[in-house]
Amino acid sequence: MAAEAQKVPAGKPPILRIKDLKVSFDTPDGEVHAVTGLDFELAHGETLAIVGESGSGKSQTAMAIMGLLAENGTASGAAIFDDQDLMQLSQDELNEVRGKEISMIFQDPMTALNPYLTIEKQMIEVIMHHQGLGREEARAHAVEMLRAVRIADPEERIHDYPHQYSGGMRQRVLIAMGLLCEPQLLIADEPTTALDVTVQAQIIHLIAELRQKSSMSIIIITHDLAVVADIADHIIVMYAGQMVERGTARDIFYRPQHPYTQGLLRSVPRLDRVGGTALQAIPGNPPNPVSVPAGCRFRDRCEFAQDACKEDPPLRETDDGRASRCVLEMDREVSR
Amino acid sequence: MNAAAKPQAKGQAKTEAAAPERKPVLRVQDLSVHFSDHVGHLFSRTTRTLKAVEGISFELYGGETLGIVGESGSGKSTLARAILGLVKPRRGRVLWMGEDLVQLEEEEMRARRKDIQVVFQDPVASLNPRMTAGDIIAEPLRTFYPHMANLQVQERTRGMMKMVGLLPNQINRYPHEFSGGQCQRISIARSLVLNPKLIICDEPVSALDVSIQAQIVNLLRSLQKKLGLSLIFIAHDLSVVRHISDRILVMYMGRAMELAQRDDLYRKPLHPYTNALIKSVPIPDPDLAHAARRENWLTGDMPSPFNPPPGCVFHTRCPYAVNRCHADIPALRRLEHGDWAACHRAEGLDLSVGDG
Repeated sequence: MAAEAQKVPAGKPPILRIKDLKVSFDTPDGEVHAVTGLDFELAHGETLAIVGESGSGKSQTAMAIMGLLAENGTASGAAIFDDQDLMQLSQDELNEVRGKEISMIFQDPMTALNPYLTIEKQMIEVIMHHQGLGREEARAHAVEMLRAVRIADPEERIHDYPHQYSGGMRQRVLIAMGLLCEPQLLIADEPTTALDVTVQAQIIHLIAELRQKSSMSIIIITHDLAVVADIADHIIVMYAGQMVERGTARDIFYRPQHPYTQGLLRSVPRLDRVGGTALQAIPGNPPNPVSVPAGCRFRDRCEFAQDACKEDPPLRETDDGRASRCVLEMDREVSR
Repeated sequence: MNAAAKPQAKGQAKTEAAAPERKPVLRVQDLSVHFSDHVGHLFSRTTRTLKAVEGISFELYGGETLGIVGESGSGKSTLARAILGLVKPRRGRVLWMGEDLVQLEEEEMRARRKDIQVVFQDPVASLNPRMTAGDIIAEPLRTFYPHMANLQVQERTRGMMKMVGLLPNQINRYPHEFSGGQCQRISIARSLVLNPKLIICDEPVSALDVSIQAQIVNLLRSLQKKLGLSLIFIAHDLSVVRHISDRILVMYMGRAMELAQRDDLYRKPLHPYTNALIKSVPIPDPDLAHAARRENWLTGDMPSPFNPPPGCVFHTRCPYAVNRCHADIPALRRLEHGDWAACHRAEGLDLSVGDG
């Protein structure tokens, strides 16, 4: 696994650079700051996981990059993809980038497909539009992609409507559609959350295969740390609109630094150990997004909180590429 | 309570000790729920039958927690609704304290609901947004005891709020002012207000964040201990349910696959489907997750519930299926340690889970 994480070619500039991204929403309860200043880079061929619970800002980060924020949302900052700032593009220009160079897969495979069109129709339109292929070529390409995501009898099943597919098959179709134009970047927002656990295992397996075979970069957004253990090169942990920790997957799982990451890892139920350990909760609730307290946003729930935490903690970055937003110097080996 | 409720319980001879009292409060016998649906055009109309729940039997003891686990389409929620009398079974009995609930009239069933309460999955959607937390919790009291004095209702409501970890001064707040975890605490307080004997929890933590799930599971455990409740805890995977169940029933396509003591089930599952469910839970450890990927995982998709496979319903996806599995329906049989499995090959397979 360690060797795999190093397949990123050295010296090539990052495919995506996010600079000081801020996202806010105008709501009846007041202005909600969903993301408050996020910076990160994504290398060619890298798989980055953004992990956080509801209200952490993980999904709104992706929506802002893709220009898909809800009407009451505004974003500032820069998202440099291939030398162009996505945040400065017009809707038409964004439409060209989306679906061709950047694809996005959403959480709910039930609603992301048009129920009135066959799978064939929905796939072929995309290929003909973005790649200028003829109908027959486009169909052959679509069948090939369905086979790649393990839809049995793709020549037959391509004529079906979405409701004739199971939830897992629909998510596989969406992944196939996301890959049709061989994008440089795939953004998957909770791609397995609505699926059964056995189907989730199949989809993770599929993504793991994809990233070994292709040079595509992937951002996978999830609330469940365990889901990305096998597929992430790097992980960003978000809490209440901020990055609280960044590191390689091994850093995050084996040597988590931030007390929130540590708590999150402890609260994941494990079945791979006989006997197991009791479920450990993080006490309290995440802060109300309308009135985020000053200082460390995790302070109220943190077992290590002290006076220094009443000041905003800086994101401390180290030479090995790690970062942690905590005043405490912590490096705890998690028992394996 | 009992030895099996502690996660460290090491247990051979604990099979007998697992249930605190050897007296079932609930006996479900051969329960089947079928739905039908008409397809086709006016002149070629046919009726399809969906066997949502087929021949389920189990007993639940006082103070015991039974986990019911299955993926979507397994029939777990329909089973719960049949026990609650919200859907009419086609066959079978639901014996509550010896009385068959299936035979009861609507009015009589309403009275029994005092004893049997339910907590649903979506804590926000299942609470009336126009009612205060206090009114939501007190509503069952006002329904069952319309003459209870206001002061008494208030007092009991505040007591319930304290018991589930809410602040009594939040009594006049509305659901949207609470987080998801707090809303689930309100639902639990409401389910407890009539002093029930059994609470059916239908995926009570599935919609909650991971760090909050553990809070709610731990709350349910401590309440059960304090109040001597019986619990049925329904879940879609085997992860959380491990931390609260004494025994676990695994369902697939409406049928029981395995019914076993908690520790036996995780240590040595008897049914290949249980094994697949265990193996599907992602491991928060890159090296172990990578190694586990190489192991056999479940292939294919669940067959259409309108047209279940002959023989064992799981044979189309089972890596151990032999000819017999395609033809004969396996009965749920009593095997080692008093655990039950519906698999022709259960004795011959060793599905033990290694340590780490």
